[in-house]
Amino acid sequence: MLETIWPHHCRMPRILFTQQLRRFTVTPEVDTPATTLQGALDAAFAANPQLRGYVLDEQGHVRRHVSIFIDGRRLRDRACLAEPLGAESEIYVMQALTGG
Amino acid sequence: MSDRAWIATRKGLFELRRDAAGWRLARAHFLGEPVSIMLPGTAARPMIAALNLGHFGVKLHASDDGGEAWREVAAPAYPEQPKDVDGDVPWKLVQVWSLAGQGSRLWAGTLPGGLFRSDDSGASWQLVESLWRRPERREWMGGGYDVPGIHSICLDATDARHMLLGISCGGVWRTRDGGENWTLEGRGMLADYLPPEQAGNLNAQDPHRVVRAPSSPAVLWCQHHCGIWRSADHGENWSRIHAPQSSFGFAVAVHPREPETAWFAPAVSDQRRVPVEAALVVNRTRDGGRSFETLREGLPQHDCYDLIYRHCLQVADDGRTLLMGSTTGNLWASGDGGGTWQCVSGSLPPIHAIAFETAA
Repeated sequence: MLETIWPHHCRMPRILFTQQLRRFTVTPEVDTPATTLQGALDAAFAANPQLRGYVLDEQGHVRRHVSIFIDGRRLRDRACLAEPLGAESEIYVMQALTGG
Repeated sequence: MSDRAWIATRKGLFELRRDAAGWRLARAHFLGEPVSIMLPGTAARPMIAALNLGHFGVKLHASDDGGEAWREVAAPAYPEQPKDVDGDVPWKLVQVWSLAGQGSRLWAGTLPGGLFRSDDSGASWQLVESLWRRPERREWMGGGYDVPGIHSICLDATDARHMLLGISCGGVWRTRDGGENWTLEGRGMLADYLPPEQAGNLNAQDPHRVVRAPSSPAVLWCQHHCGIWRSADHGENWSRIHAPQSSFGFAVAVHPREPETAWFAPAVSDQRRVPVEAALVVNRTRDGGRSFETLREGLPQHDCYDLIYRHCLQVADDGRTLLMGSTTGNLWASGDGGGTWQCVSGSLPPIHAIAFETAA
């Protein structure tokens, strides 16, 4: 697990991945200064490059049966990863039950 | 022949071994995961298994030791889709539907219609752009899926430059120069699901499965959506063949040394994809389709609703050993060319594909 130690008064967005992914690849929990969803995903993919293909397709879109939540809101536009993050945003990358 | 075979299913890849008592299930690999297709390895290339994970996409795994250890390798990936082209399918890998090996080279046929090549045991894949960029490709239609796909890759052991593809629904395509140039073939095939004036449109045919006779590469057999066809000239011209019971089905297997011998697994019709009178049979011809025997000994003869899908009727290189698996998860084996069958398992997940290992 890759975790950046950071002073508590200086919070950063955090990205976490469903445990369902652990049977295929490493899923780091990453604190990142990213200001967009794309930046946070890139930080996680830097920690484990293999993770990218599990979350995004080859066109860079969120996979059809993957759900991303930012601060409790489900991402609607799979092609737009420019979604802004707050300093304390929490991002969960989950499986969507549309995928069975 | 080898005493090992592989069964790709909705919930894992199952290894089959043959001993004095017959075929038995030996091990499960990737248990729980959908495996769409697999290609046994040789001395020149690893075994490849194509997973189609429900949530996380298509993943390929390779093994250099016959399934003892697996490693994830690259999956084929489509190039960036141009933004200014409307009406095309998404350039996104949906499924690996066929795999073929040519020495150390690997070929992968996919949904939504791209053919890929790997010369490094799956570490990287290249889209065969010469086919993907053909304007006719945009006219292909889905056949059982939302998007079109390549399910049959017919190599020619006597000429590595020759290949014929079967596409649902995009007809049969041939290259004579290793994939530089392609021609649309299939004259004689007819599609009754199209308006009458379109029935002969070669680019709209739905060849459910195409196999090449290994001993006579000019001979090809096709189980088409609308019947059975055979070609004796590398796929340029096709003759229609009528089988007993029904000529509808998905699978065809051809004998390794007798190009006139082929097996089919009929279902009632397009509209009713179950065995005729709920009794499972295999149709075998030994004379190029002029006559057939309908074989049923050992197969369920009442209340049977099994469908044999495209890659699920296979003959081993001895020409006598067959395996047949169904969407219901039944698996049968024959040691006498289909004359008699034994049930190997009646409780597998839905079967996607079967492959024999070839003798080392």
